[in-house]
Amino acid sequence: MRYTSLCAAGFAAMFVAGTASAGTLDDVKARGELICGVTTGLAGFAAPDDKGEWAGFDVDVCRAVATGVFGDPKKVKFVPTTGKSRFPALQSGEVDMLARNTTWTFDRDVKLGFEFTGINFYDGQGFMVRKDLGVKSAYELDGASVCVTTGSTTELNLGDFFRANNMSYTPVVYEKADEIRTAYDANRCDVYTTDRSGLAAQRSELSNPDDHVVLPEVISKEPLGPLVQHGDHQWGDVVRWSLNVMIIAEELGVTSQNVDDMRASSKNPEIRRLLGVEGEYGPRLGLANDWAYNIIKTVGNYAESYERNVGPNTPIGLERGVNALWTDGGILYAPPFR
Amino acid sequence: MAVADVSQSSAKVNWLYDARVRAVFYQILTIVLFVLFVVWLGSNTAQNLEDRGIATGFGFLDQPAGFGVPFSLIDYSETSPYWDAFVLSVLNTLFISFIGIVLATVIGFIFGVMRLSSNWIISKFAAIYLETARNVPLLLQILFWYFGVLTALPQLRQSINIGDSIFLNNRGLYMPSPIYGPGFEFVVIAFLVAVIGVIMIRRWAAKRQEATGEQFPVFWTALGLILGLPLLAFAVTGFPLSWEYPALKGFNFRGGAVLIPEFMALLAALTLYTAAFIGEIVRAGIMAVSHGQTEAAYALGIRPGTTMRLVIIPQALRVIVPPLTSQYLNLTKNSSLAAAIGYPELVAVWSGTVLNQTGQAIECILMTMLVYLTISLSISVFMNWYNRRIALVER
Amino acid sequence: MATMDTSQSGRETPAVHVPAPDLPPPATEVGIIGWARANLFSNWWNSLLTLVGIYLFYLILPPILDWAIFSADFVGESRDDCTSGGACWVFISIRFDQFIYGFYPEAERWRPTLAVGLGLLCLVYCLTDGVPFRKYVAMFLCLPFPIIAFFLLSGGFGLPHVETPKWGGFLLTIVIASVGIASSLPIGIALALGRRSQMPVIRMICIGFIEFVRAVPLITVLFMSLVILPLFLPPGSNFDQLLRALIGVSLFSAAYMAEVVRGGLQAMPKGQYEAAQALGMNYWTMMRLIILPQALKIVIPAIVSSFIGLFKDTTLVLIIGLVDLLAMIQLAVTDSKWIGLATEGYAFCAILFFIFCFGMSQYSMYLERKLHTGHKR
Repeated sequence: MRYTSLCAAGFAAMFVAGTASAGTLDDVKARGELICGVTTGLAGFAAPDDKGEWAGFDVDVCRAVATGVFGDPKKVKFVPTTGKSRFPALQSGEVDMLARNTTWTFDRDVKLGFEFTGINFYDGQGFMVRKDLGVKSAYELDGASVCVTTGSTTELNLGDFFRANNMSYTPVVYEKADEIRTAYDANRCDVYTTDRSGLAAQRSELSNPDDHVVLPEVISKEPLGPLVQHGDHQWGDVVRWSLNVMIIAEELGVTSQNVDDMRASSKNPEIRRLLGVEGEYGPRLGLANDWAYNIIKTVGNYAESYERNVGPNTPIGLERGVNALWTDGGILYAPPFR
Repeated sequence: MAVADVSQSSAKVNWLYDARVRAVFYQILTIVLFVLFVVWLGSNTAQNLEDRGIATGFGFLDQPAGFGVPFSLIDYSETSPYWDAFVLSVLNTLFISFIGIVLATVIGFIFGVMRLSSNWIISKFAAIYLETARNVPLLLQILFWYFGVLTALPQLRQSINIGDSIFLNNRGLYMPSPIYGPGFEFVVIAFLVAVIGVIMIRRWAAKRQEATGEQFPVFWTALGLILGLPLLAFAVTGFPLSWEYPALKGFNFRGGAVLIPEFMALLAALTLYTAAFIGEIVRAGIMAVSHGQTEAAYALGIRPGTTMRLVIIPQALRVIVPPLTSQYLNLTKNSSLAAAIGYPELVAVWSGTVLNQTGQAIECILMTMLVYLTISLSISVFMNWYNRRIALVER
Repeated sequence: MATMDTSQSGRETPAVHVPAPDLPPPATEVGIIGWARANLFSNWWNSLLTLVGIYLFYLILPPILDWAIFSADFVGESRDDCTSGGACWVFISIRFDQFIYGFYPEAERWRPTLAVGLGLLCLVYCLTDGVPFRKYVAMFLCLPFPIIAFFLLSGGFGLPHVETPKWGGFLLTIVIASVGIASSLPIGIALALGRRSQMPVIRMICIGFIEFVRAVPLITVLFMSLVILPLFLPPGSNFDQLLRALIGVSLFSAAYMAEVVRGGLQAMPKGQYEAAQALGMNYWTMMRLIILPQALKIVIPAIVSSFIGLFKDTTLVLIIGLVDLLAMIQLAVTDSKWIGLATEGYAFCAILFFIFCFGMSQYSMYLERKLHTGHKR
């Protein structure tokens, strides 16, 4: 009995790694790679390709942070999480950050002990239906069967929406996006509800995308963004500003193509600060001075990432809409870099 | 400890070497270590919960749940408290487990007997089914059935229509639901009276047969009583029962009762998977009855059917019941795999949706485990009682 | 009969009886026809069953064979090569490596192959009768092999490090099942001994653990290891997700293993215990040398069956986010280039599992027959 307990304790001690140290940034640096929680697969946002390489809009946020810390977008390990496993994974420190279309809400920010470090996608919950149903508005959906992800804000918004409008519905719940898509495709439900970006992504993978239409109503605000554990402000700043760098770069017209020229010749003081030509901004975060340059050089600015993964020329085909810069009629707005 | 017996004789041995003393010492040590371990876990947990600002306690049970469920045996809506969601999910687990156990037992017995059939084709047919079902993971079978049900059943507008009252499509099986009028309780009472009557007649008939050898047509009498009495009561009270029929309105059928496809797929998978194991158990049980028993029964001139019923099955049951119990328990536990296809049972709702919405992992998982513990213990107790009843009584 | 006749007919002429050569049995009683008559058409009821059976086979088999083989596509590069309308096995062959190894880096895939191959080779060697050095191979399998396999899979000693989230596919299935069964054996034996211990405290703790774990579904144990285990540990400590799942699976199968081992212990005649005690052995010596070797030998078939059960149950880890074979397939069918091939993926998964599980169950039946020394009819 004693030996067993001793052995067990020893065994446990062997595997318990990475005990609390100064901060997540130091842990990440010591480990040599970033661990980033993503979805289990949502086209355009995070999905592995034939080679098993992850790509997508959310994945780019992870890559930006990894580039900021290490100067190398490959130094990141992706942990696929489900709607159920994402929060425990971050709480337990199994992942350093989450970048998986997670809505910023009061409860998650306060009660679950997380810190949202910005918004990379302004979204809203919408409905998708078959065209042949002839439905033009979400207010005509009384009595419909609705496919929805379990354990999400979507599920609660759905209940609120139908209750507020005195309509009835039958929920059909699943845990993963691809399960919902299969069921919706098989006509298990009339309506598919999730964030409108997700609807667009899923619509592209239905057997006949043109037979389906996304209804105009947006029933909720869904600010999606990366999040980290509460309390480690340095790490929170690193993630926040890695994302902001991509947005600021778009504002300033810096792209992965012209970033070298800009660094060499730009006279704009904000660009010079951003690219580490003037001032010591990186080191204040505990990073190299050319961290932002590296992010723009390898991952690109916000617009490049958007166009590459979810933009109108991809199968997802999402217009910029509210995610355009504030100067272009959208609400994307990053604090100034100074 | 075995050594204890040896050392009892030598009283003057050093107490350090006394096995009884050592046994006490070991046990105290174990208790101390165990308590320390629990305290360590508890303090870690408390610390972690505080650090991460996770709420604790069961206060959330009264708050409105806010989410809907596709299938419920009780009255439930988004405004119902979490506690209702809990009751609902427990009932759903029990519902599918109960139906699954009954069906799996019947199908399992049929296939077990088929496997032993002297007919080569029938025996091989059973063998292929038994081996396939036993050697493919249940989760995969659930997904297969679900996928199959969704694609094989017709779409909503092309529902299979049986007499304008039962509709089958890939949204579910829609049936009329009964509406009980006043006086229906008398029908229920009549049924109960009939059941009690049948039990008494059976006992009386068995006694009379032992005493006089005369047989009494128990089966037909029982059938007559159980059907006749409630029908009579039904007629006397003026048929206090009406039906609510499902009808296609707008997007879906409304009214009536519905069995959702998730339920059907899960039931099919659970039943066929467990039935395969039960089939093997039944086969092994029948084979375990010595062939001499059959021969002796034939020598006494008992017909094959009666031999099976009175000689083979009662003996085989002794071998069959203990492993059957664990299959019943397995089926109940396996119903938790519904989490993969969205049938709202305990794990899917309580350890899934609610855990995620409230973030109170410890409370949710603890409650889930306690429910399963209770169900398992109840089934065990019942089956142990049944096992004792049919056990071989020796002089 | 013939001899009787001669003895009665008279003594003068002792006729020698020459029996007529045996007639061949009627064609309806032997060969295929005879077999069919005996096994398929012995009476009208049996004949009816046979016809129903043949009809069922006719209903089920041709469509499946047609889909899976005759009108299926086997070679090609992309979705466009699947034109014949049957199964598109191209999908499986293109993704085959990913299904087997998950995200394990391509350049390093020889390592898991070597580890699993070495393990299988040693196992088969140990289970073969009458080969030399079995004992040493078994010892190698018990002690150094897990360590070697761990370093091979995870890296170290010059091999690049491969993190556990990259382990996936069938490899992960094998890793979880083997680790689960290997670690559950010692824990299970300890629990079984504890359950039969005469010290009430130890017995109570063991019974409590065994019965509790056996009463709850594996999925809740996995949830617990996923969600609650991190809360139980000192603040700041961090566990690998795979390791957490492994702990859950090991504890779960240990409870079942304990019951299997207990069955073996109970089957030991009391005389064995008494004889060992009479020779002055203490508890541990008795267990190690007399009881456990015999008890474990008779429960080998049961251990194999619980391994099969565990092997199938590993698919549940997909619910907690690990990417085993089934999860890998679910992930692959969401690839927009290969939409609508879920059936092929699941069929492949089912066939693979069937081959392994069926093989193991046949082996355990063979063992049962070999160990079965009673009389059979």
